[in-house]
Amino acid sequence: MMELFAQIQEFFGPVWPLVWAMVKIVAIVLPMLIAVAYLTFVERKVIGYMQVRLGPNRVGPKGLLQPIADALKLMTKEIVIPTGANKVLFLMAPILSIMPALAAWAVIPFDPDLVLANVDAGLLYVMAITSMGVYGVIIAGWASNSKYAFLGSMRSAAQIVSYEIAMGFALVGVLMMAHTLNLGEIVRKQEGAWGLLSWNFVPLFPMFLVYLISGVAETNRSPFDVAEGESEIVAGFHVEYSGMAFAVFFLAEYANMILIATMTSIMFLGGWLSPVPFLPSGFPWLAAKVAFVLFLFLWFRATFPRYRYDQIMRLGWKVFIPVTLVWLIVIGGWMQTPYWPWK
Amino acid sequence: MNRIREFFRTFLLFELVKGMALTGRHLFHRKITIQFPDEKTPQSPRFRGLHALRRYPNGEERCIACKLCEAVCPALAITIESEQRDDGTRRTTRYDIDLTKCIFCGFCEESCPVDSIVETRIFEYHGERRGDLVYTKDMLLAIGDRYEQQIAQDRAADAAFR
Repeated sequence: MMELFAQIQEFFGPVWPLVWAMVKIVAIVLPMLIAVAYLTFVERKVIGYMQVRLGPNRVGPKGLLQPIADALKLMTKEIVIPTGANKVLFLMAPILSIMPALAAWAVIPFDPDLVLANVDAGLLYVMAITSMGVYGVIIAGWASNSKYAFLGSMRSAAQIVSYEIAMGFALVGVLMMAHTLNLGEIVRKQEGAWGLLSWNFVPLFPMFLVYLISGVAETNRSPFDVAEGESEIVAGFHVEYSGMAFAVFFLAEYANMILIATMTSIMFLGGWLSPVPFLPSGFPWLAAKVAFVLFLFLWFRATFPRYRYDQIMRLGWKVFIPVTLVWLIVIGGWMQTPYWPWK
Repeated sequence: MNRIREFFRTFLLFELVKGMALTGRHLFHRKITIQFPDEKTPQSPRFRGLHALRRYPNGEERCIACKLCEAVCPALAITIESEQRDDGTRRTTRYDIDLTKCIFCGFCEESCPVDSIVETRIFEYHGERRGDLVYTKDMLLAIGDRYEQQIAQDRAADAAFR
């Protein structure tokens, strides 16, 4: 096995590091895309069940092949480009929105050793990359040359910009706990004698909530899905998209959801750490936490009606930002006293 | 005091958690979906579906071409032409129902003095070309012959209320 590996390495010669990096990227992106496909399926199932329906159950056993059927359908459909649209930007927008959703995975630690790029400024990288995602939405809305699409993109621009601040403030709390921007280190700092009670979400509970809710808003998910707003602006920024271009937007939304869920798990729920001291830590724990947060996302969607646009702005600016600021001060002061239990 | 309580209730997301508890409970409820081609909802004997023309047990068609159904039909879906037969009775020569016009109100059935035109329980029928849904007298009689047992049963079940 090792011999074969060495032979392959020899064959590629100087380009080997590039090839190896590519292999690792595919090893992350491929399972990601499958996870995205099945997340759409799980979403339809869960929401169906919460509405006392059955959800998709016709394609394959228990409907398990439904996402594949959906993908095939979208791939064979025509991409309609509206006459007044800016062709280049119109086709670039979906790429711009999925690129950051996938690129952010480079620094996510799945395991103590399993991370594509162990960057010290990992958290900063993720913040920077995920804020790029909004450009896809804005450009899509502008390039479509349709008023609904434009309205949707304006809304989403304002919304994402406001919630990014609250999100950033929530992460400042995490930084105060961890003293590092390296995501792997952030997880390691949450390791403690009391298992799940030493994770960040306990001392930073208000910030955990703010981060979770801002995450829902960041990904344009219900109840913050004013950018799509089916009932008022048809489908928002992607009204004019069809076929694969639409599918890519869809993919980006769900990839972002998984990303935010993973970030929440890493920042507040202790990443790969086991919740009880007597069980070994590892990737399955991270997967379970991500699944739990994703389930919360679906649960929110099944439960809450869409926020009105001005209420979203009020919540972001007048509630979340003050709450995180106050809690930052509380935590900062508390840390200076001898009564700080999370060391 | 009330305002302070309200403040804490909103801050602790009390109502949101309550809403989520409700949907969470429904996650485990029995699902009420009827998976149509495999399962079907129960039908009333008064179900108003596809029409049929009935016959007497001796094989004579019931319809006497009184044209009450044609007159009462609010959608003007019924067209009748009639003639005197050799034995002196009046019979229809044409009895067409345009099912694309029909609104399934059941007035034809109610107006019929001899229980000839009836609506059956059949609702899964279709036409593939234009005109396929204009049912002629022969087609209606054929439906009547085929489902007579069911039709008679349904009339008997409902007789007490008519």
